[in-house]
Amino acid sequence: MSAEQKATSNSGQHQERGWLYKIWQQVNIPLAAVFFALLIGAVLLVISGANPIQAYAALFDGAFGSMTALGRTLEKATPLIFSGLAVAFAFKAGLFNIGAQGQLLFGAITAAAIGFGVEGLPAYIHAPLALLGGAAAGALYGAIPGALKVYTGAHEVITTIMLNYIAINITDYLADGPWKDTSAGNIIARTPEIHETARIPAIAGIPLGFGLAILAAILVWWILSRTTLGFDIRTVGLNASAARYAGIRVGFTIILTMVLSGALAGIGGAVETQGVVGRYQPGFNAGLGFDGITIALLGKTSPFGVIPAAILVGAMRAGASNMQFTAGIAKEIVDVIQALMLFFVSADMVVRWIFRIRESGEEEKITLSSGWGHQ
Amino acid sequence: MSDETLALEVRNITKRFPGVLANDRVDFKLRKGEIHALLGENGAGKSTLMNVIYGLYSPDEGEFFIDGQRAEIKNPHDAIHAGIGMVHQHFMLVPVFSVAENIILGAETVKGISLDLRTARRRIRELSHEYGLDVDPRAIVEDLPVGIQQRVEIVKALYRNAKILVLDEPTAVLTPQEVEGLFRVMRQLTERGVSIIFITHKLKEVLEISDSITVMRRGVVVGSTTPAETDEQGLAEMMVGREVLLQVEKEPAQPKDVVLSVEDLTIHDERGVDVVRNISFEVRSGEILGIAGVQGNGQTELVEALTGLRGAASGRVTLNGEAVPFEKPRHLTEAGLSHIPEDRQKHGLVLSYSIADNLVLNTYYQPPFAHHGRRDFQAVAENAEKLVEQFDVRTPSPMVPAGNLSGGNQQKVIVARELSRPVRLLIANQPTRGLDVGSIEYIHKQIIKERDGGAAVLLISAELDEVKSLADRIAVMYHGELVAVVQADEISKSELGLLMAGSTREAMTH
Amino acid sequence: MQNSYSSIPTWKYFWHRYGLLTGFGIFILALILFFYFQDSEKTIAVLAASVRHSTPLVLGALCGLMNERAGVINIGIEGQMLMAAFMGYMVNVWTGNLYIAILGGVLTGAVMGLFHAFMSVTLKLDQIIGGTVINILALGLTGYFYQTGLTTEGKFTAIPLGPLAEIPLIGPVLFDNPPITYAAIVLVFVVQFVLFRTKWGLRTRAVGEHPRAADTVGINVYFMRYANVILGGAIAGLAGAFLTLEAVGSFERNMTNGRGFIALAVMLFGKYTPLGAWGAALFFGFTTAMQTQLQFAGINVPHQFIGMIPYLTTILVLAGFVGRTRVPAADGVPYEKE
Repeated sequence: MSAEQKATSNSGQHQERGWLYKIWQQVNIPLAAVFFALLIGAVLLVISGANPIQAYAALFDGAFGSMTALGRTLEKATPLIFSGLAVAFAFKAGLFNIGAQGQLLFGAITAAAIGFGVEGLPAYIHAPLALLGGAAAGALYGAIPGALKVYTGAHEVITTIMLNYIAINITDYLADGPWKDTSAGNIIARTPEIHETARIPAIAGIPLGFGLAILAAILVWWILSRTTLGFDIRTVGLNASAARYAGIRVGFTIILTMVLSGALAGIGGAVETQGVVGRYQPGFNAGLGFDGITIALLGKTSPFGVIPAAILVGAMRAGASNMQFTAGIAKEIVDVIQALMLFFVSADMVVRWIFRIRESGEEEKITLSSGWGHQ
Repeated sequence: MSDETLALEVRNITKRFPGVLANDRVDFKLRKGEIHALLGENGAGKSTLMNVIYGLYSPDEGEFFIDGQRAEIKNPHDAIHAGIGMVHQHFMLVPVFSVAENIILGAETVKGISLDLRTARRRIRELSHEYGLDVDPRAIVEDLPVGIQQRVEIVKALYRNAKILVLDEPTAVLTPQEVEGLFRVMRQLTERGVSIIFITHKLKEVLEISDSITVMRRGVVVGSTTPAETDEQGLAEMMVGREVLLQVEKEPAQPKDVVLSVEDLTIHDERGVDVVRNISFEVRSGEILGIAGVQGNGQTELVEALTGLRGAASGRVTLNGEAVPFEKPRHLTEAGLSHIPEDRQKHGLVLSYSIADNLVLNTYYQPPFAHHGRRDFQAVAENAEKLVEQFDVRTPSPMVPAGNLSGGNQQKVIVARELSRPVRLLIANQPTRGLDVGSIEYIHKQIIKERDGGAAVLLISAELDEVKSLADRIAVMYHGELVAVVQADEISKSELGLLMAGSTREAMTH
Repeated sequence: MQNSYSSIPTWKYFWHRYGLLTGFGIFILALILFFYFQDSEKTIAVLAASVRHSTPLVLGALCGLMNERAGVINIGIEGQMLMAAFMGYMVNVWTGNLYIAILGGVLTGAVMGLFHAFMSVTLKLDQIIGGTVINILALGLTGYFYQTGLTTEGKFTAIPLGPLAEIPLIGPVLFDNPPITYAAIVLVFVVQFVLFRTKWGLRTRAVGEHPRAADTVGINVYFMRYANVILGGAIAGLAGAFLTLEAVGSFERNMTNGRGFIALAVMLFGKYTPLGAWGAALFFGFTTAMQTQLQFAGINVPHQFIGMIPYLTTILVLAGFVGRTRVPAADGVPYEKE
C-alpha cells in the first residue's frame, strides 16, 4: 500500500488490511531470524552428537508444557522484558546500554536491602518502596555512563561493560559482607530473605511482575511516541546535529535517557528479587546484559516487540533446564542460538536475500558507532 | 578532423541509477591541448560522466577512445594507465598525511620493504617546479589553504603522467584571484600538451577560459559551441532549456530599525585559535546584509554563534534590543530568528522523519503542536498540509520521509518551516547550494519577500553573484575579520574579489 | 598554519611532540630504579608480573588498532580471544603439541576476524552490533562445547635468552619469558614498522582516514579492510592462545573476563600506535600485578574491591583520554563504492 493510499483510505476494511500488513512488515525479519538460528542450532546439535528434535521438544516442553512451565517461562521473561526495554529505550537515543546487567544487579540488591532491612511497613507501601529503590539504584548507575559520555566523550559500550564488572564486584562484596545473611547455618554469600510485605506475588499462576513488565512496555511506548520527551530522544538518536539545531539539549537528553534506561533495568532486578528469588544471591541471573541486547534488537527496538522477544528468550531459558535434564544437552546451546538470532536479525539483508523480502524503506536507521571517539 | 587529434572520445555513454538516467547516450570529444568546458546545472549528469571516464562508475553502454585507439576503462587504475587524471570537487586527499604521502599513495616508491619518501619528495619538487605549481612535499595537507590543496591534487595527477586532466568544479572554493591563478596554470598545462576537461556551472568562467563548450541537461548533451559563438544568456538557456532571469528583480531597500546588532564578537575554535576576530555589524529590518567570502574564513562559526549552536569568547549580540545569551537556540527561535542552515541534511532535517515532523522541528513542543508534553498529531498534520501547499513542496503526501525528496524540495521544506513563523531576523547560509535553477529562483524570491515584509536578512554565500544580486549592503569576511561593509552598488565584483583575498580597501586604487 | 611550509629541525620537532612523554618515562625509570635498590626481588617480581599481564592486553590492542587504522571498529576482541583460547586448549588436548596449539588459536582468531570483516565490510552491519554478535557467539559456543576433566600436556615455560637474561633487572623481566610473550614484544615493533614505514601501512591508514581518496587512486578498500581485520584477528587469537597455553594451562568458561575490552582502552591510551599500546599495556599490567602485591601486603581491603582496579582504571583512562585522541576519520563507517 503506498503512502498515498494509506493517507486517503478511510474505509474500515482498508484500514484493517493496513494494520495487519504493518505488523507483518515488522515481524517477518525477526521470525526468519529465529527460524534460521534454530536451524543452525540444530546443525550444531547434530555435530555434537545430539538429537535436535528431541532437544527442541524438551525445550518446548520445559517452556510451555504445563501451567508450571508457563509460569516459569513468564517468570524468566519478566526481567528480560525490563532489560530489553532498557536497551531498546537507550537505542532510540543512539546509545548502546550494555550496562543493563549492572543496573539490574544494583536494582535487585537495593530492593533486597529495603526488603529485609525495613520493618513494620504494610505490604502496599513496602513492596512499591522496594521497587522504587531498585529503580533509583538502576537510575543512578545508569547516569554514570551517560554523564561520562556527555562530559568526556567516553563511548558507553566500554564504560558500561566495565561498570558491569564493577557492579558484580560491589554486589558480591555486599552480599558476602555487610549485607550477608547471618542466620544460623548459612555460609553462602547472600542477603537475608525479604519480608513477606515486600514480596510481589503471583496471581492465578501468572507472576504479578509480568503484569508490571507489560505496563512498563506500554509506558515506554507512550513516552517515545506521544510525548515531546520521546521526540527529543528519537531526534538525538537519528541526527544529533539537527537535534541541537532544533533547540534540544543533547547532553541532557542523553543523560536522562540513560537514567530512565537504568531505572527500567533496576526495576527488572527489583522484580526478580521481590517476585522470584526472595533475596539477593549473586549469580542468579548471570549474562542478562547481553540478553537485553538480543531482545531489544529482535523486537526491532520497539517496546511492543520486546515483549514477544522476551517471552521467546525466557521460554528458551525456562526450557533449557528441562532440555539438559531429559535430553542431556548443555544449556549453553541456548546462548549460541541467541547469538545466531542476534546475527540474523541484525544482518537482515542476509535474511531478505534468502527470502526475497523487499525493504519497506520506512525504517529508521539508528547507528550506534557514531559516538565512537568523536564528540 | 582526424582521430589522432582527439585526446579522448567517448561514444554512446549511458549510465542508469535506480530511478534516474544520469547519462543518456552521451557523446563527447576532447581535442589535444584544448580546454573543454562541460557545463550544466546540478544534476545534469556532468559529474557522472566524468566518474565514468575515470573508471569510478562503469557505464551500462558506451565506448572509450584514447588517442584514437579503443580503450577499456573499468576502474581508476585503467584510467590512470590511460593517462587520465581527475581533480575531484571534494578533494581526495588524506588530511593527516603529508603532501608527498598523498601524492604517492597507490603508486608508492619503495626501497626494499620500506617506503622511499626521499625519492618521492625529490620527484615532486622537480615536477612542481616544471609546471610552476610549487608545493612543499613535507607539508601536512590539513594545514594547507584550499588553493594549495588543489595544486597538490593537480601535481598528484601529473605525477602519474596524466595527459588528460579532469577538473570538477575547481573554482567553487577559490577567490577570484585564485581563479586567475588556476587559469594561468591551466594554460601552462595545455602549452605542454595536456588536455583539460573543465566542469562547472559558472557561465562567466566558461566564456573566459575554454576553447570549446559542451552543455548537458538532464543526462543528455544538448549542444556544443565555442565562446565566440555564444554569450552568458545563450549558455544559460541551453543549460536550463528556457529563458532565465540572470538578475533578481527587486525594489530598493527601505531599512528601518536595527534588528540584529553584533559588537566585538570573537570566537575561538577547538584549539583556541581565533576564527572570528572582534567583528561588529548591524542588520536593519527591511534590508539584506550579504556576507561575501570564501568558505573557511569564519562564516560558519559566526553563523553558529548567532544561531545558538556555539559560544563566543567575547562580545555581545543583541536581537530586537535585547541581549542574547549564547548557545540557547530555542531562545533565539522564540525571539523571531529563522535560520536556513548551510548543510540541510546534517543540520536542517531529520531525513527519516516525515515532512510534517520536520516542519515542526523547532516548534513541536509548543502549543498547538503539544500540550503539557503530549504531542498533538492532528495539529502537526494540518500544519503540514497547509505549508506543503503554500510553499509548493512536490511530494505525494506530507507523511513521506523527508529523505525521499529531491534537494530542491528538501530546501523548500526548510524554507517553509523557517518562514512560516513570524520572522524578525532571517539568517540564510549558502541557501541555494547544490540546487537547480528553478529552486534557486524560488528561494531568492522568498528572501526578497521576507525583506520587503520587514524582516532583517543576513545572507552568507560563497557565490559572489548571489550576494551581489540579492544584498543591499555587502560585507566581506577574511580570516575572521570584517574587512569592509559597503552599499552593494558602490563596489564592483573585482574589488570584492580583492577584498575576499585579503587586500585592504586603501590598498586598492579606485 | 605557516610552519608547515618550512622544515623544522628534527630535534626540535621531536622535543615538541615527545617532550612530555620522555620526561614522564624518565620519571618512571627513576622510580623503578629506586624500588629496585630497596628490594630487588620484589621489584623484579612485580615488573615480571606486569609484563606477563600486559601480554594479552598488548596483543588485543594490536588487533584493535589494526582494525581501526583501517577504519573498522572491533569490539569483538573479547570474543575472538575467548574462542581462540578455547580452540588453542582443545588442539593442545587433541595433539599434545603446544606449537600446533598456538597455530590453532591463531587460526581461530583469523577466522573470527574473517567473520567480523564479512559483517562489517560486506554486509555493512553496524560494527558495534557485529562485535557484540561475536562476543555472544564466543561465549555461547565455548560454554556449550567445553567439557571439564580433559588433560593437556601442560603449558609453555619460560625460555631464558642466554646471557641476556643475566642482565640485572632487565634480564629476568624481559629476557626470561615464555615464547608468546616474546612474540608479543616482537610484534609490537613489527606492526609499528609496517604501519608507519611501508607501502602496506600507508595504504591501510589511507583506507581508515579517507577511503574514497584511496579508491580513486586504485587501492582496493575492501581488500585492505578484510586483510587488516583478519590479521588483527590472528593477533587476537595469539592473545587467546597465551591465556590457555602460557598463562594458565587450562580453559575456564569466560576466562578472558573483560580483557578484550580493556585492550580497547589500552589501544586508545596508546593513541592507536603499537609502541603506545605497549606502554599502556604495561601500565595496565602493572595495576593488575599490584593487586597481588596489595593482598600480600595485608592491606585490609575486600578482595572484590581490589579486583575492580583494572576496570576502574579503564574507565578513568577512557574518560581522560578519549576526547584528546584522534580517531581515524573513517572509523566505523562502512565504505560504499557508489
